[in-house]
Amino acid sequence: MEPKDRLSLDAWANPSSSSNGLPRKMALENPSFTNFNLRQQEQKWDDTSILDYGIRIEPPFQEFNQASESEYLLSSNCNKQPKVLDQEDGQDNEALQTSKLQDWDPRSMLNNLSFLEEKIHHLRDLVHLIVGRKGQALGGQDQLVTQQQQLITADLTSIIVQLISTAGSLLPSVKHTLSTGTPNGQFGQLGGLLFPPLAGMNCVPQPQHGSGSKVSDQCNQMDVTGNCGTEQNHSTEELEMKEEEDADEGENLPPGSYDILQLEKEEILAPHTHFCTICGKGFKRDANLRMHMRGHGDEYKTPAALAKPNKEPSSEPVIIKRYSCPFAGCKRNKDHKKFQPLKTILCVKNHYKRTHCDKSYICSRCNTKKFSVMADLKTHEKHCGKDKWLCSCGTTFSRKDKLFGHIALFQGHTPAIPLEETKGPHASCDKVDGNEASNKGGNTNFSLGFNAGSGSGVQNVIEVKEDADDPASYFSPLSFDTCNFGGFHEFPRPPFDDSESPFSFLEAP
Amino acid sequence: MKRQKTLETNANNSNLFDLLSEEIVFTILDFIDTNPLDRKSFSLVCKSFYITESKHRKNLKPLRQELLPRVLNRYPHVNHLDLSLCPRINDNSLNVIANTCRDSLNSIDLSRSRFFSYNGLMSLALNCKNLVSIDLSNATELRDAAAAAVAEAKNLERLWLGRCKLITDMGIGCIAVGCKKLRLISLKWCIGVSDLGVGLIAVKCKEIRSLDLSYLPITNKCLPSILKLQHLEDIVLEGCFGIDDDSLAALKHGCKSMKALDISSCQHISHVGLSSLIGGAGSLQQLTLSYSCPVTLALANSLKRLSMLQSVKLDGCAVTSAGLTAIGNWCITLSELSLSKCLGVTDEGLSSLVTKHKDLKKLDITCCRKITDVSIAYITNSCTNLTSLRMESCTLVPSEAFVLIGQRCQFLEELDLTDNEIDDEGLKSISRCSKLSSLKLGICLNISDEGLSHVGMKCSKLTELDLYRSAGITDLGILAISRGCPGLEMINMSYCIDITDSSLLSLSKCSRLNTFESRGCPLITSLGLAAIAVGCKQLIKLDIKKCHNIGDAAMLPLAHFSQNLRQITLSYSSVTDVGLLALASISCLQSMTVLHLKGLTPSGLAAALLACGGLTKVKLHLSFKSLLPLPLFEHLEARGCVFEWRDKEFQAELDPKCYKLQWEDIAQ
Repeated sequence: MEPKDRLSLDAWANPSSSSNGLPRKMALENPSFTNFNLRQQEQKWDDTSILDYGIRIEPPFQEFNQASESEYLLSSNCNKQPKVLDQEDGQDNEALQTSKLQDWDPRSMLNNLSFLEEKIHHLRDLVHLIVGRKGQALGGQDQLVTQQQQLITADLTSIIVQLISTAGSLLPSVKHTLSTGTPNGQFGQLGGLLFPPLAGMNCVPQPQHGSGSKVSDQCNQMDVTGNCGTEQNHSTEELEMKEEEDADEGENLPPGSYDILQLEKEEILAPHTHFCTICGKGFKRDANLRMHMRGHGDEYKTPAALAKPNKEPSSEPVIIKRYSCPFAGCKRNKDHKKFQPLKTILCVKNHYKRTHCDKSYICSRCNTKKFSVMADLKTHEKHCGKDKWLCSCGTTFSRKDKLFGHIALFQGHTPAIPLEETKGPHASCDKVDGNEASNKGGNTNFSLGFNAGSGSGVQNVIEVKEDADDPASYFSPLSFDTCNFGGFHEFPRPPFDDSESPFSFLEAP
Repeated sequence: MKRQKTLETNANNSNLFDLLSEEIVFTILDFIDTNPLDRKSFSLVCKSFYITESKHRKNLKPLRQELLPRVLNRYPHVNHLDLSLCPRINDNSLNVIANTCRDSLNSIDLSRSRFFSYNGLMSLALNCKNLVSIDLSNATELRDAAAAAVAEAKNLERLWLGRCKLITDMGIGCIAVGCKKLRLISLKWCIGVSDLGVGLIAVKCKEIRSLDLSYLPITNKCLPSILKLQHLEDIVLEGCFGIDDDSLAALKHGCKSMKALDISSCQHISHVGLSSLIGGAGSLQQLTLSYSCPVTLALANSLKRLSMLQSVKLDGCAVTSAGLTAIGNWCITLSELSLSKCLGVTDEGLSSLVTKHKDLKKLDITCCRKITDVSIAYITNSCTNLTSLRMESCTLVPSEAFVLIGQRCQFLEELDLTDNEIDDEGLKSISRCSKLSSLKLGICLNISDEGLSHVGMKCSKLTELDLYRSAGITDLGILAISRGCPGLEMINMSYCIDITDSSLLSLSKCSRLNTFESRGCPLITSLGLAAIAVGCKQLIKLDIKKCHNIGDAAMLPLAHFSQNLRQITLSYSSVTDVGLLALASISCLQSMTVLHLKGLTPSGLAAALLACGGLTKVKLHLSFKSLLPLPLFEHLEARGCVFEWRDKEFQAELDPKCYKLQWEDIAQ
């Protein structure tokens, strides 16, 4: 819960910060740099934030009541909050996920909920009050009204953020992008609902939307949700990228700005990288080792011992580490002219196995595809055998519609009928030669034996057939009365019934 | 016969036919087309006639596949081969056809022939380069490989694949790529074909004129590409449940060339979707909406813009009077309208419709049970050009109303009055319609010989007469008909219990008779039927169920004279083994219903079934199944025969009046 709370605080801090004027806003414009500012802001508010959010919120608003100009800045900034939140989430992603898993506590959840309830009550009273006053309709009190609206807006935002963080803690298993993504969506919508009173102000062009989203004409809601969308995409992309070895392809770190580490081959291929100092057992993952360590005594059960090492936020800039492949001549080797470093140890491992090791894992389905990384094999096996849609050009497709799209696109390509369907035993390959047929490229499977333009092939086929029918053709048609009806194959053949047997299973098709 | 003799003498006397060029003889031969036997007689006259006839024949409809090699050698110029009478065509036969006909063949009908596979089709497609038309309907065993074989016929223009249930998108894809010249394709009931296959057809075959997609599991996804077809004229979407309004609304432009649209039984299309489907289809002429959306004001208004519309079929739709009135207010005049089995057709709606559409030629108001003489008065008043009026079971129309039909609609050619209150006065009036060729008077209990005699005297063009259960008819009426209507081709006298042999004797003068049904006429005997057999050599369908007095004595002449007989129903008659075995000599015989024949033994039945090589369908009582050896049935089924087993008890005949009452009970 803790980091989440902190986040919501960050978010919270923003509206008030806008009272500081443009500089703060500038910071928001460029999301990638907000963290620093936020951190300051966070410290600033931490002191007051312990007991009641309500109290905490009001002071900043009173501050900027006089500055009417900054008011709509606030409104627009409010809309941008989710983005900020998201940004931060995206960055602290991993850290959060692990800690959240462990930190979930029903009691704190209960606290949160009761806090929410209280908050909503408070807000309702406030709105009641406004409704009461609205009846009197005092013309000169514009300022007061706006102020109240700001208050409500702020309160609601607080509730929502709180709700999101509470809900988010319940979803530890869900990918982090989801837990931030969806609430943001909601938030965006809510934001849109909340702000209509300020609609007039929102019409002001908002050049501060610097995050690549189009400048919104009127509708704030649209804008916010749009932003959320892009943010989400961005974060999922990031996750996917991490899984890829070549994620650092476009990184372009200047040489020398990072440390290069090079593991030895044995080290890379070792099944375990983390070893228990007490019993010597090996683990693939650091976290597993820490879990294991708990069994060795209470001293390993403290939060400090269980925490992920080297992840404490330190003020000094972290030295970026990159990895080099030990294989000489490899592009990933640091001595290569166009050296491209590998980002993580996992990347090194996968790269080394894929590029410089034997492919020892063979797909059990097709028995042809080989892999050196187990995960690759598993990915392949999921789809192996599904490429059953075949074009005459030899291309296979996993989906029929893809095949048909392909055929529709290219002239002369045609669907290839699977071999087992033609199932002609007469279609022996030796008849094909010499019979050059007109279907170039078409029907690779099918044309065997049937291209017989001159008919010689066809006659061959007939001969084969008659042979196949032999058992049934022993009997003259007149032997009807005497023949044995019990024997299935022994039924007489009618005089006119030529080579084809009544028992069609003897036949090919 | 006379002409043949003269021809013969001419041929013998220094062969005057040598003076005629082949083209002239061919032109003469073109006129000998009504009876297939005439051509046979011609070819048997002499060698040169034989050769001429062989060269002249273009169409062939053989009965047996085993004779194909010889037949094809005799007729080298055959370009259309109809194999629908051969239940069994295997790959060998197709190979023979492919190698004999070669490039001369351009059309083949395999719609009833099973037992062939992609091998035969492949050799057909590769050898007969000029093949433009293939009918593969009902080839339920064919798979994609067969479709791929068809795709080798690069010049194909017309292809029927109805009920080829095992063919999937892949096969259709092959056809779409291979047969670029396709103009017509019917995929009815090809349930393995989806949007992808149909879409590919639309993308690859730009020449498509006619597209039948009935009962395919397609959705709207394939419609945009279909509607882009430049030449599409006729599209059938009957029973395409996957097409609905929502996605039809997305269609921006309709198909300008479309002339006929059928969306029968498309339950999810309402007038909204329909209007987006026909949007821009200004040249639409035929619209079939049977069993689909209700005919309301909105529907009628949405169709208003179709200025070329001629024919509308609304069978089985729920209809409102407002809707019918609105149809009446269209600025065009329809020539064909069908409202059969529509609920909600009232006098008000129908009369306001017909007063505007004065040029109606065909009107179908079957089972519009609410209409009365008011509607009939309006119809006859305004639509005097009607050629076809079908009004079966309009039970509220009183007998006087039918007099109006005869008085005012004298161009009628087809009139269906089944189950109506018409009486002799009405019939007398209707006899003024001198062009009448088809008259159905089934279950008209008020008519008698007197009325029918008027019809017989004046309607000399009558070819089809249905008197099913019109029990007031006796020999006198039939006599008048057989005298006055020499061109009669079809007559149904079932359950006219007073009919005797004298009717049959008089009918035997109608030499064109091909369908004769006299179910449940207990008075007719073998003698009468023998006369029919001798006189009506073109008999194709014969139903003598429950004619107890007909026995083997009738079967012998039948077997001898009626060599065209294809379908016979003998149930409850007195035919025995002997008669059945005699029938087996009719080479055309395909369908036989043999239930409750007392004189029939299992071995006699087996012998008859074995001897009758062309059988495709036999209805038998279930008891024979255990009495005859299973391999016999397997053997017959392998020859292409299908058995239908019936388990009905022996039924005594009901009194006609009683029948009607019972029938009405069921109807209500």
